[in-house]
Amino acid sequence: MFSNRYIFIYSTVLVVVAAAILAVAAVGLKPYQEANTRIENKQQLLSCVGISSTTKNAEALYEQYFTEEVAVNAQGEEIKANDDTKPVYICTKDGKKIYVVPVVGKGLWGSLWGNVALADDLTTVVGVNFGHSSETPGLGAEITTKPFQQQFEGKAIFDGTVFTSVKVEKRVGKDNPHAVDAISGGTITSKGVSAMLNDCLMFYIPYFNRLKTK
Amino acid sequence: MNKQNKEPWFSAKNLKLIKNPLSKENPITVQVLGICSTLAVTAKMQPAIVMALGVTVVVAMSNLLCSLLRNTIPSRIRIIVQLVIVSLLVIIVDQILKAFVYEISKQLSVFVSLIVTNCIVMGRIEAFALSNKPVPSFIDGIGNGLGYGIILLVVSFIRELFGSGTLWGYNVVPQWLYEHGYSNNSLMIMPPMALIVVGLIVWAHRSRNKELCE
Repeated sequence: MFSNRYIFIYSTVLVVVAAAILAVAAVGLKPYQEANTRIENKQQLLSCVGISSTTKNAEALYEQYFTEEVAVNAQGEEIKANDDTKPVYICTKDGKKIYVVPVVGKGLWGSLWGNVALADDLTTVVGVNFGHSSETPGLGAEITTKPFQQQFEGKAIFDGTVFTSVKVEKRVGKDNPHAVDAISGGTITSKGVSAMLNDCLMFYIPYFNRLKTK
Repeated sequence: MNKQNKEPWFSAKNLKLIKNPLSKENPITVQVLGICSTLAVTAKMQPAIVMALGVTVVVAMSNLLCSLLRNTIPSRIRIIVQLVIVSLLVIIVDQILKAFVYEISKQLSVFVSLIVTNCIVMGRIEAFALSNKPVPSFIDGIGNGLGYGIILLVVSFIRELFGSGTLWGYNVVPQWLYEHGYSNNSLMIMPPMALIVVGLIVWAHRSRNKELCE
């Protein structure tokens, strides 16, 4: 039979030792894990401008194509990155500039995120990619699939000078330049994507206007 | 005390500890433990194997540690002590996977952390490690991990072959078969099909081993 004193000391020592081991493991492995997320980010940026990459060549390809990374504020000025700015990744492909902006939003069960690549007219969508933390497989999670994302290619986020975003709606058909077909059974996720694009692209309108008048 | 009679590592008794869980005491098909993760991670072979390795490492190491500490653990808090040890190991495995096989760790997502609640782990500690010496406990852990792994391997082989037409990520179903109207069975990718496949394995297994039938 063990005394209460023994039990207290035993459990304290055990927990402290376990915590120490975990701390060492977490600190030691952090550089590798951060490298992985960095590479994944670059792969996503590359994929939405239509360049396929592997985990090995992603960093080199990124260096090759992405020439600039600027931070813009709500007034559309390029300033030093701070909490109120959002990034724009500028890629040069076949002599033309492509502007990639990140977007974040909410789905049904958790967060959504993605990138939207715009051609140098700042209106035409070149490509998109989306990720999600916990949408339903087979329904909402379909937003990460190629067929869904390919619908966005060639759509326009402006009608003339009016911002329209690209909406995700039921039964829009191929001809509508400002909307794509939603996912059946994934209504709330589809609405989430729609809202995410609208809200996040809105932020960049002053910046786009500034570039257009330049 | 000073001279324990040494038993060779792979004595007949220890070998039995490895062999039994592979068939007659299989954790999945006979003891029906760890079903949840079996359904979740067997859509493709690669994550299934990584998961099986993860579970094997965790069961073996936690069996070893608990067996080493078995005489010092106060029985009143033994479940807590086991949990601390198991979760410590699981977090380390999770961190290592995130650092070195990032893609696969994303597919396994929460199921690595859920090894903590995998009944095989706690079950083996309670049933074996706490009343046996470290070496047999370690071997028992390996055996049960492999027993779990072999079922995962079989289930994921069937599911990946019929569900995606690939094995280990490589296409194995020839193109002409698709041209003649064959298509992948997408039900195979869904968890319910894993349950049915496991059920079929249990059936086949029991009809060959009559002594397993109640």
